[in-house]
Amino acid sequence: MIKEILDRPVPATMLVVALLLVTTWGVTASPRSIVLFMMFQGSILLLYFARMPSALKAALTILTLGVLMPILGTINAYYMEIAIQVGIFVALALGLNIVVGLAGLLDLGYVAFFAVGAYSWAIFGSPQANLIFGGSHFPLSGWWFFVFLFVGVAVAAGAGILLGLPVLRLHGDYLALVTLGFGEVIRVLANNLDKPINLTNGPKGITPINRPPIFFAPLLQWLGIDPDPNVIYPLYLYGLVLLIVGATVLANRRLEDSHIGRAWEAIREDQTAAQAMGVPLVRMKLLAFACGASFAGTVGVLFSAKQIFINPESFTFMESIGVLAMIILGGMGSIPGAILGAAVVTILNLQILKGLSLWLNELRNAGTVIFGYDLTNLPTQLEPAKYERMIFGLILVLMMIFRPQGILPAQRRHRELEEER
Amino acid sequence: MDFDILIGIFPQVLLDGIILGFMYALIALGYTMVYGVLEFINFAHSEIFIIGAFVGVEILLSFKAAGWLDVLPWALVLVIILVAGMLVSGVVAVVIERTAYRPLRHAPRLIPLISAIGVSFFLQDVIRLVESLWRNSFNLVYPTMDVLNHRFELTETIDVSVKSLVVIVAALFMLWGLHTLVNRTRVGKAIRAVAEDQAAASLMGINVNRIISLTFLIGGAMGGGAGVLFGVQYSLINPYTGFIPGLKAFTAAVLGGIGNVPGAMLGGLVLGLLEAFAASYLSLLTGGAFGAEYKDIFAFSILILILIFRPKGLLGEIVRERA
Repeated sequence: MIKEILDRPVPATMLVVALLLVTTWGVTASPRSIVLFMMFQGSILLLYFARMPSALKAALTILTLGVLMPILGTINAYYMEIAIQVGIFVALALGLNIVVGLAGLLDLGYVAFFAVGAYSWAIFGSPQANLIFGGSHFPLSGWWFFVFLFVGVAVAAGAGILLGLPVLRLHGDYLALVTLGFGEVIRVLANNLDKPINLTNGPKGITPINRPPIFFAPLLQWLGIDPDPNVIYPLYLYGLVLLIVGATVLANRRLEDSHIGRAWEAIREDQTAAQAMGVPLVRMKLLAFACGASFAGTVGVLFSAKQIFINPESFTFMESIGVLAMIILGGMGSIPGAILGAAVVTILNLQILKGLSLWLNELRNAGTVIFGYDLTNLPTQLEPAKYERMIFGLILVLMMIFRPQGILPAQRRHRELEEER
Repeated sequence: MDFDILIGIFPQVLLDGIILGFMYALIALGYTMVYGVLEFINFAHSEIFIIGAFVGVEILLSFKAAGWLDVLPWALVLVIILVAGMLVSGVVAVVIERTAYRPLRHAPRLIPLISAIGVSFFLQDVIRLVESLWRNSFNLVYPTMDVLNHRFELTETIDVSVKSLVVIVAALFMLWGLHTLVNRTRVGKAIRAVAEDQAAASLMGINVNRIISLTFLIGGAMGGGAGVLFGVQYSLINPYTGFIPGLKAFTAAVLGGIGNVPGAMLGGLVLGLLEAFAASYLSLLTGGAFGAEYKDIFAFSILILILIFRPKGLLGEIVRERA
C-alpha cells in the first residue's frame, strides 16, 4: 500500500511532507519521546524512497536536514548528538565503501586511518605538541582546524599508501587479517607512545583539543541571537558534519562513475581479467586505499574537535567492524546503502539500545513485576547498551546468509556476491 | 646494561615462552585444520577457545560451592574440566559450522569470512549475556587450587609451578592425541583426503559434510582444551579475552604454514618463545624506552612479514598434503 503511494508523485509528496511536519511537531511537543524522534527519522527514509521531481526532493532534503533537524536538536541536545554521530559514521562508511564495496579489498583496520586523522589535529590543536617540539607555540588557534581538515586527508592517505604498498600483493582473507593487524598496531602505538617521546599521551589521551572558531558570532549578534557557545557549538558541528558528508557523497558519486571507479569494480569482479584489460592493479588498489583512508582522516579531525578529548579507546577493532557492519547492512558498493546502514546502526546503538537500558533501569527501580518475575532481581550487570557487538555480529551473519547484497543493493551487478556455480 | 640479568632470567623466560607456545599451538590447530578442509579462516575460533575457559571456570566454581574442590583429587578435577571444556567447545564449533558457515559453503571467499567475524562478535556478547544473567559478572577468576600453585625451585632464580607443568603435560598429550588421530586412523585419513580434494574424496565414498563437521569438532575441542589450560594458567578471563590469543594463534598457524598440522605446532612454539623474549628483553635492551606492551605489535609485525615474504609459512612447502 505504502509502496503504491510512494510511486505516485503527488500523494507521495503530500504523505512525506505531512509526516515530517507531524513528527517534528510531535518531538517539539514531547521532546523526550524516542519513538517520535524515530518516526521523524523514518519519514526521512520515506523521503528517499518517494518518487517525486528530483529538484523537489533535493529541496525537501535540504529543508529537513538543514532546518527541521537543527530545530529538534535545540529542543533535545541528545538528538543533535545522535545526528552528528550519524553524520560522522555516514562519512566513515562511505570511505570504507570505496575500499570494500568498490575495490573489493576487505579492510578490517579502517579505524586506524580515523585515528591518524584524529591524532593529527589532537596533537597540534592541544598543548600536547609543546611536549614534542618544545616551546609554547601550541595549541594552534582554532582557525588551523580548517587547514587540518586537509592535513587529515593527506596524512591518512599517506598512511593508506604506507599500509597498501607492502600488503596489496596479498588477496582476500590474508589482506583482511593484515589490515586487522595494522589497526591493532596503530592502537597499541597510540596507547604506548607516551614514552620515550610523549606523542600521544598514552591511555590518558589528549585534552583539551581546540575547536574551530565561531567566526559568524558577530553576524549572530547583529541578528539579535545570543551566541552562547553551548547552544551554537552542536549546531555548528552539525553544519560541518553535513558539509563533510555532502562532500563525501559527491566525491563518492563522481568516483563511482569515473574510469577509476570502473577500474576498481573491474578489480573487484575479476582481478586477472582487469589486469588483462590494462587496469594497473597496484596503482588502482593503492588509490582505493588512499581514497578510503582520506575520508576517515578528515572525519577524524572533525571527531577530535567535537570530542575535545580523545584516547585510544575510541579506535578499537570494534569500531572497524561497526563500520563494516554498516556498509554490509546497507549494501556493499552502494552509496545510499552506506548512508542508510550507517544511520540504522548508529541509531540502534545510541538510541535504541541506550533507550532500552534506561527503560529497564526505570522498571527495575520501580520494582515492576513481569509474568511473576520481580525485575528488582534482574542482575545489575545486564545493560542492553553494552551489547553493540551482538548487534554487529547478528547483522554480519544474517546479512551474509540471507541478503549479501544489502538492503539497498548497488545498481551494478556484483559477481562476488553471487554463487559461483 | 647489566648482562648478568639478561643471562639470569633466560631459563625463566624460556619456560614462559614454552607454556605460551603450547597454548598458541593448541589454538592454532583449530585454525589450521579448518583452513585445511575449507580454505577458510574460522574467525570465531577465538571465542570457541574462550568458551572452553568459561566452561572450566563454571565447573570449578560450582564444585567449590558444593565443597567438592577440597575433597576430590585435583587431577580428577582437572581431567573433568578439561574434558568438559573440550566437549562443549567442540560441539559449539560444530553448531557454528552448521548454522553460519555451511549455507555459505560455495559463496565467494569473503562472504564466509565476514560471517565468521559476525559469529565471533555475536558469541562474545552471548557469553557476556549468559554470565551477566547467571553470575551478575562476566569477569571471572579461576578458583585457586593450592596444589597447582605450589612452586618447585629449580635454582635460586628459576622456579616452576605445578600448574605450568600440568599445562605442558596436558598440551603435549593433546597434541600427541591429535597427531595420532590425523595420521594413524581411518578418520584421520578421511580428513586428509577431504583436505586434498573434496570432490575426489566424496567419490571415494567419504561423507564430506560429516568429515567437515568432525574437523570442526576436533579443532574446537583443541581450542576448548586450550581455553581451560589458559584459565588454569592465567586465572583471569572475560568474554573478550579470547580475541588477542586467537589472533596470535592464527599468526602462529600462518607462521607454520596454514593448513599444516605440524606447522601449527611449530608456529605456536616459535611465536610463544618470540613473544616471551620480546616481553622480557625489549624493555631491558632499549633501556626502558619500549616496554612489554609492544609484544602485541611484535606478533602482528611477524604476521605481516611472514605473509609478505613467505606466505606459505615455515613448513608450507614441504608438506603439500594438508591435514
